[in-house]
Amino acid sequence: MGTLLIKNGRVMDPASNFDSTADVLLADGRIAAIGPGLQDPGAEQFDASGMVVAPGFIDMHVHLRDPGFEHAETIETGSRAAAAGGFTSVCCMPNTNPVNDSATVTSYIVERARQRAIVNVFPIGAITKDSAGEELAAIGSMKAAGVIAISDDGRPVMNARVMRRAMETAAALDVPVINHCEDLHLSAGGDMHEGVESVRLGLRGIPSCSEDVMVARDILLAEVTGARYHVAHISAQNSVGMVAYAKARGLKVTCESTPHHFAIADSDMLPYDSNFKMKPPLRSKHDVQAIVEGIASGAIDALATDHAPHAGSEKMQEFEKCPFGIIGLETAIGLTTDELVHTGKIPLMKMIALYTTGPAGVLRLAQRAELRVGYCADVTIFDPAREWTYDVNRSASKSRNSPFHGRRFRGGPVATIVHGSIVWRAD
Amino acid sequence: MNRGLLGIEGLERPEIEAILERAKYFQPLQNESFKRLDTLRGKMVVNLFFEASTRTRISFEIAAKRLGADSVSISASGSSVSKGESLVDTLNTLVAMRPDAIVMRHSASGAPHFLSRYLATPIVNAGDGTHEHPTQALLDARTILDRRERLDGLRAVIIGDIAHSRVARSNVHLLSKFGVDIVLCGPASLLPRELAQIAPGVTLEHNIRDAIREADVIMMLRVQLERQHEAAYPVGEYFRYYGLRLEHFALAKPNVIVMHPGPINRGREISSEVADSQRSVILNQVENGIAVRMAVLEKILQ
Repeated sequence: MGTLLIKNGRVMDPASNFDSTADVLLADGRIAAIGPGLQDPGAEQFDASGMVVAPGFIDMHVHLRDPGFEHAETIETGSRAAAAGGFTSVCCMPNTNPVNDSATVTSYIVERARQRAIVNVFPIGAITKDSAGEELAAIGSMKAAGVIAISDDGRPVMNARVMRRAMETAAALDVPVINHCEDLHLSAGGDMHEGVESVRLGLRGIPSCSEDVMVARDILLAEVTGARYHVAHISAQNSVGMVAYAKARGLKVTCESTPHHFAIADSDMLPYDSNFKMKPPLRSKHDVQAIVEGIASGAIDALATDHAPHAGSEKMQEFEKCPFGIIGLETAIGLTTDELVHTGKIPLMKMIALYTTGPAGVLRLAQRAELRVGYCADVTIFDPAREWTYDVNRSASKSRNSPFHGRRFRGGPVATIVHGSIVWRAD
Repeated sequence: MNRGLLGIEGLERPEIEAILERAKYFQPLQNESFKRLDTLRGKMVVNLFFEASTRTRISFEIAAKRLGADSVSISASGSSVSKGESLVDTLNTLVAMRPDAIVMRHSASGAPHFLSRYLATPIVNAGDGTHEHPTQALLDARTILDRRERLDGLRAVIIGDIAHSRVARSNVHLLSKFGVDIVLCGPASLLPRELAQIAPGVTLEHNIRDAIREADVIMMLRVQLERQHEAAYPVGEYFRYYGLRLEHFALAKPNVIVMHPGPINRGREISSEVADSQRSVILNQVENGIAVRMAVLEKILQ
């Protein structure tokens, strides 16, 4: 493992609020020095002039489809897409086949990632066996094997009693509980957000209240159990309000939003194009505005892509038959600079925090989300002014289901450094 | 660009007027002893029905034949669909046989719109899920215009399961483009409040008596039990609150007409007396279906 000297970048570190032109020296997988005018004749040099040098970005919500759905993505290809999007770490949801509900599956993912992944992969274990929502999974042994949170993502835990028991168990183990909040009775049969657009298109709706009622329930359960509770991919106005309320009450409640939920609304969909179909669905304009405000106010702790690859054949069907989900790793930085930073909604430092200290705080990932001497040498270099066009056909992902194909972005990743090595750099 | 007919929403008023005018030209032909023209001789129209239909499929078949075209009808059962072939593959196979147009009905909203992105062959939407049924709205407009000078300024009320009705959506778009005062009426669970925003001139009403007041046109819809995934309304109470009965006529304009896209369920949404009354134009609608579909096929294929 060599040394890498990143020269003349705008070094931005939310944890220390450091923002200055400086050099960063990485050696032996650790941050060795930060400061102006660093010299190391033996080190590989990276000229970061005009670019931002930030702690490695963490995507706390992706689907790598491995094991079981390797036709759509693998741990290797998903990690390459992450690197191409500027992410040095991803947290993969357990809805694989088999579901990651045991230490055996967790160990497979950890080992496979060690062999094939070019970024850090942190598995998230299931809350219940087979994510069926009934019997608790082996949470303790999964934690010992490497999971950093539990979730039945893709599905909610519908049974409130099961959720309460899961929170009690997780609280004792100090593991956060992440829920995909969707009351399945309210959303049954729905294919897109319930609103003017669904009525116009004759598609069945997934109402915002299907998210809201479960967020409300879970916040009450988090209070009863004292658990660390996190709302995945929050999308609805009232849900954001309730998380802010829970925070104000001092509960250990956090949430994440996705770039697509702050960037586009149901009215931006191309009619019946399944690359716009995901759960939760693209919401109304006022929900989008509430998400943006929640990000700016701090009600929303982290941004995560919910990268959800699906093979072309699965997505090339009648809209109601297509599976939910879009890929998002490679467009996250572009969407965030475009929609939040350049529009003046949030400062650049805040954007970095949403991808670093934000998720690391929720998950308590140590020594990773800060540029500090001795910490892990994961670094994201990006250029907030770089103009580029997304061509999904050149994606590092195995899948092509993105609504942002052909979109022009201002702001994008330039290089991704994991454990002191450059694993990806822009053409 | 696919130059079929996918819906009413995307049409301009003059395009609709042209179709309705041409349909009027075809109306007398229906009473001739020799009903066949040779306008579309040598053209092939495939009727592809993934969902059960009697009147629409036969109406399209007859329309094609009266224009001199050949038509073939395929229903989903017994086709490759039941063997697991994807919709795109099924259509590509058909297109390889070089039809000139595909008339399609499908249970999924947007199915023809999705396909039209991949196919050059014109597609005529004969009903997609709960989205649109454009030729039904055109034949309804033709039927109204057979009895009224113009559509502008009329008050039309559509009663029933609006949420699941493609007929209602197409009619709302068409009537709205002609400045009709549109009242949608039904129980709250079958009448999403967002409907008021899909086109100008739409108001919602839950009380049938208020809805019908001063109406020129009453369109009744069938309660589509097959599209409901739960009991959205107490079935036994439907006729009492939303069924059209003779007593309602006193509230409407004296020359009000009653329409229904069929099939009708006597005693469920419409009383037998109303269905058979002088006000009912239900069979005229069926008759106009052929003339309107001739106009549509001619426009697309000529």
